Amino acid sequence: MQLTYLEAISDGLRCALREDDRVFLLGEDIGVMGGAFKVTAGLLDEFGPERVIDTPISEEMIVGGAVGAAIVGMRPICEMQFADFVACGFDQIVNVAGKLHYRLELAAPIVIRLPCGGGVSGGPYHSANPEAWFLHAPGLKVVAPSTAEDAKGLLLAALADPNPVIFMEHKGLYRRVRGEVPEGPYETPFEARTVRDGDDLVVITYGAMVHAAAAAIEQLDGASVRLLDLRSLEPLDEEAILAAARECSKVVIVDEANYTCAIGAQVSALIAERAFEDLDGPIIRVATPDVPIPFAPELERAVLPSVERIRAAITELLAY
Amino acid sequence: MSTLPTTGAAEGTREGPYLELPDRVSLYRFMALQRAVEERGLSLYKQGRVPGSYYDGRGQEATCVGATYALNAADTVCPLIRDMGAHLVRGTTPLAILAHYLGRAGGVGRGRDGNVHLGEASRGVVGMTSMLADMVVVAAGMALAFKLRGEPRCSLAFFGDGATSVGDWHEAVNFAAIERLPLILVLELNGYAYSTPSAAQFPVHPLARATAYGIHGEPVDGNDVEAVFEVTRQARERALAGEGPTLIAAKTMRMHGHGAHDDARYVPAELLAKWEARDPLARQRGRLVELGVDVAAIDAAVAEEVAAAAQAALAMPAPDAASATVGVYAASEPTPLGRGEAPWSGFCS
Repeated sequence: MQLTYLEAISDGLRCALREDDRVFLLGEDIGVMGGAFKVTAGLLDEFGPERVIDTPISEEMIVGGAVGAAIVGMRPICEMQFADFVACGFDQIVNVAGKLHYRLELAAPIVIRLPCGGGVSGGPYHSANPEAWFLHAPGLKVVAPSTAEDAKGLLLAALADPNPVIFMEHKGLYRRVRGEVPEGPYETPFEARTVRDGDDLVVITYGAMVHAAAAAIEQLDGASVRLLDLRSLEPLDEEAILAAARECSKVVIVDEANYTCAIGAQVSALIAERAFEDLDGPIIRVATPDVPIPFAPELERAVLPSVERIRAAITELLAY
Repeated sequence: MSTLPTTGAAEGTREGPYLELPDRVSLYRFMALQRAVEERGLSLYKQGRVPGSYYDGRGQEATCVGATYALNAADTVCPLIRDMGAHLVRGTTPLAILAHYLGRAGGVGRGRDGNVHLGEASRGVVGMTSMLADMVVVAAGMALAFKLRGEPRCSLAFFGDGATSVGDWHEAVNFAAIERLPLILVLELNGYAYSTPSAAQFPVHPLARATAYGIHGEPVDGNDVEAVFEVTRQARERALAGEGPTLIAAKTMRMHGHGAHDDARYVPAELLAKWEARDPLARQRGRLVELGVDVAAIDAAVAEEVAAAAQAALAMPAPDAASATVGVYAASEPTPLGRGEAPWSGFCS
């Protein structure tokens, strides 16, 4: 079936709620309202208020409550209204959920959905890509789908995982990206995906930047450029990254997140440490500079990686 | 959905008076065990054998022992810093605790966490974090699951007065109140949050907060183990009857510093003297002596048990250094919290 990225996430939630009675949803305005972006629209009617729970504005409670329910056998899915607001639930994620198994041999199989990303004039509090906060904290997994099919498959895989998983869903893709999505439950592995093949250069990215990078590659004349979609940031598919770097010898890494300590920095370090001898040029990173995401479209466009910036980086490195 | 028995709380319930003589003896014994284990831990710390820092709950034994004793085996507990007695009531052994203090492989924390950061999942106990209201939120989440599955269970969280200043505490209590969750909140009003007296933590009586959140509030003498048992037993009945959370405000006193590193010179000596006269062990001992119980024999047995446990703990090996990076993630379907001991067993299980 053809679904938008948003519809694919909704379908994944519906599948999970139908298949597994341990699953329930916790979030702000996810019931009658169907969520700020309508991802949960219709789920209250189908599953009732005990499985689609509207909470007060209490991010710590949403996350910590999910942890508590999970350790006694439930499979909660939390929604942050915007990824930015997860800062209010940070302690429960990094200090409770992330350290639970190592310290106590308890697991917290929870999924925390973060509607993330810029490009919508959301300003400094409705545009963030905070995935790096969680990559640095032990015990968490982080996934970031770029397609409708992966959005549903990664969501269901995240739910099946016995660990806390941060699910980065990009707001800019909600209605812009559409694709064929299998019916019923299926799981997408936490592994990278080669979007297109090539051997002159590889662009490594994830989330919305997969589409920006694909557009940039389309505009090139004749170069054979590979595109690798990470899909999972933790675990990081190191073998796929190293294989691409070795086979292409030139690497551009794109993050929509702020430059410093973004996953691109880790990918860059990995390649420098383990595939240095195979490189034919410096690794080039394209990312949002270390600024809050500004509101005015002119300012926002000036900081988010654009198709033009990515294309310029590729062109520069191809000529090296 | 649940694998736990769903028999109602009424079946098998013991009628009052709830505490019979063996229970009253047990309550004393658990308090004596907590004090003996913690005193032994402190001496090991002072000998330099316990790494890191050291904390105990001297003077507060009645609150954690009395409240935990009122629970069912299927209930879950989130103890805090001063609540080693809660672990003991649930069945964690003095040996496992002392080995935990020492950071040994055979301790509860397997060397991964130390001092009061422990909890045996198999006994329905979730170990605390250092962020003081974290576990109140987690306890509310467990209570939410029990409510959603219609199970006759509750969760209980202990915390000090300082924890009620944290935003998490308010988020948890508010949510639990809205959802009428089977949650028991045990506030240990021990006078100080580290060096900051209660008056500098909040300007209202903490029970006013129960009123403010629309939940039941219950004051209790936190140094009377039987009184704490009784208010907790009632709170549990309300929780299982769908009447929502209870905030129990147990008035007690922290008789030691926050940790062994803290000489607590900020606490007036006369305040400590006043509370020393209200020692919870002495109180229960007095009751038992009047009932003709040989308390000295209990004390001797406890001392012997703890001495043997300390010896065994010291003989245990340190964790294998190679294990330090293992187990950050769960590799398989997790086992939900287990069932601890429920020595009183006044409720069906």
